[in-house]
Amino acid sequence: MSAQALTTWAPDTWLTLFGHFLALSLMSIGGAITLVPDMHRRLVDGGLLSDSDFTGAIALAQAAPGPNVLFVALMGWYGGGLGGAMVSMAGIMIPSTTLALLVSRWVATRKHTRGVQAFQSGMTPVTVGLLLATGWLLAPSVAQPRALALSAVVAVLVWRTRISLIWLVGAGALLGALGWV
Amino acid sequence: MPEPTLAPERPRSPWHLFVAFTVLAMQGFGGVIAVAQRELCERHRWLTPSEFLELLGTAQVLPGPNVCNLSLMVGDRFFGWRGAMAALAGMITLPLIVMLALAWLVAQAPAHSATHDAVRGALWGITAVAGGQIIGTVLKLASPLRQHPLGTWQAMGLAAAAFLMMTWLRWPLLWVLLGLGSMACAWTFRVLGGTRADAA
Repeated sequence: MSAQALTTWAPDTWLTLFGHFLALSLMSIGGAITLVPDMHRRLVDGGLLSDSDFTGAIALAQAAPGPNVLFVALMGWYGGGLGGAMVSMAGIMIPSTTLALLVSRWVATRKHTRGVQAFQSGMTPVTVGLLLATGWLLAPSVAQPRALALSAVVAVLVWRTRISLIWLVGAGALLGALGWV
Repeated sequence: MPEPTLAPERPRSPWHLFVAFTVLAMQGFGGVIAVAQRELCERHRWLTPSEFLELLGTAQVLPGPNVCNLSLMVGDRFFGWRGAMAALAGMITLPLIVMLALAWLVAQAPAHSATHDAVRGALWGITAVAGGQIIGTVLKLASPLRQHPLGTWQAMGLAAAAFLMMTWLRWPLLWVLLGLGSMACAWTFRVLGGTRADAA
């Protein structure tokens, strides 16, 4: 991978990256991860990133702490160094952030109308279902019984106890590194 | 523009929000939702579980990362746009620095196969834990559904439908939000009754 990328001076690339992510931002309903196919088309097919940098960025950001959207900064970094990381992040965040703030304020001022109440309560069960689906898709399949058991134990601990989540992550990393799950 | 909330506590300042969201984000391996629920509802007690679900529901129909939208809304609720920026900056800044440092290290180090396997294994273990964390969080968050205006079983049914559309039918998220989401909202709107005059 491009280790020198950190010092790359590439204003043209930055502008291109900024444009791509700006355009993608308002399409990212359900999170930036839903945009992966379109990002691949624009960045890899467009010659800005190699395929291994692209998938490497997603894997690393999934495992590192923080919101998964940070993989966008990593793609910018592989493509155009530190400046690339900054402009990519700014591009993906500015439009969606502005819209989110405007809409949530509009919703907050109309909190007591029947329409907003119906929207907020109506979406609640759907949110619960979607969250469960996310957990389900992340959890291992029955083909990996030990990893699945680990997921199940973690689910019960999170549900029933107040154990710190960071310990669970540490335990998972250790068990995985030792090849036990 | 602070807004009344039923939760017992509130952050002291935007800086307090920044620190709280930094701590929260740095614990979120493989996703931040589970940690966000734990920190915001149980440790800081800035939101009730119902309020958390309401904000998350709004956050996910909007474009942008759900947890970032959630941090914006939480910050805005307590300290207006300064709070929103503080919370979002907390969510992003330190994790971004850590991740770039990590990527730089990975690029420097030659790929040793034993280390490589251990790292891959660790990532796999973290993914399994992340899945379990989210499922455990859902089990906790399911309790507000009992007081749902549509009734407990109807709300559970909608949640199950959303789950099956994503995992079994493998529909795109947008379809589920537009199709099932709008139906659920329309149904709730009817049940909430009243006149159509105050409809949004």
